[in-house]
Amino acid sequence: MDALSNLAFTTSGALIDLVDKKVLVHLRDGRKLIGVLRSYDQYANLVTTQTLERLYHPPTNSYAQTERGVFLIRGENVVLLGEVDLDLEDPPLQRMTLQPWNQIAALLDAERTDKAKAKKLGEKVLFERSGFGEEGGEGDAY
Amino acid sequence: MLIFSVFKTLTDQEVTVELKNDLSIVGTLKSVDQFLNIKLDNIRVLDEDKHPHMIAVRNCFIRGSVVRYVQLPKAAVDTQLLEDATRRESSNAQKAAR
Repeated sequence: MDALSNLAFTTSGALIDLVDKKVLVHLRDGRKLIGVLRSYDQYANLVTTQTLERLYHPPTNSYAQTERGVFLIRGENVVLLGEVDLDLEDPPLQRMTLQPWNQIAALLDAERTDKAKAKKLGEKVLFERSGFGEEGGEGDAY
Repeated sequence: MLIFSVFKTLTDQEVTVELKNDLSIVGTLKSVDQFLNIKLDNIRVLDEDKHPHMIAVRNCFIRGSVVRYVQLPKAAVDTQLLEDATRRESSNAQKAAR
């Protein structure tokens, strides 16, 4: 079989169209990076330039962003790579308010800590009453 | 390899992909590769208010390792054929092991 005939069904075939495009990369730890995809390989290791990291806080309808520069992202941490539609990019942001990075980061941090505490408490109750074991501390990080 | 082949026959069908971070994405299956990485077109996120960053994204590449479920259109899957293919593959594997 011709090596290229099946190209549409390879990782390379899927990603080649996105090179030099503005992309959104969602990482396993919940980070959202927006940058220009410059290179990749079969493991979905990615290189992005002019990368921004954005934090979203839907409950207060606000967001924050900071410039991060060049990223080499190890493939195992990638959840999703989306092409950003330049026409659709700005309206959602205009509906939100831009806040200082530290403020949103602190908000999200506090929420994460509360969530972890609640989970820990739930697990403790389940363990004491029914003998269920812990999840292994992985939580959302899968 | 069997499931990879099944996915290849499902291109251009509308599927729902549920990720391990509980994000559910509906879209047209455009391509799939050996790791079951999935490429979707015309995507829509089920809970858009919670994921405002996804509004600007129309097509995306999802890494196979973070997928929990893929919901397929019932009409597009021939379960009888799939059963037969599975039996054939397992008997081939047994023969090869001998």
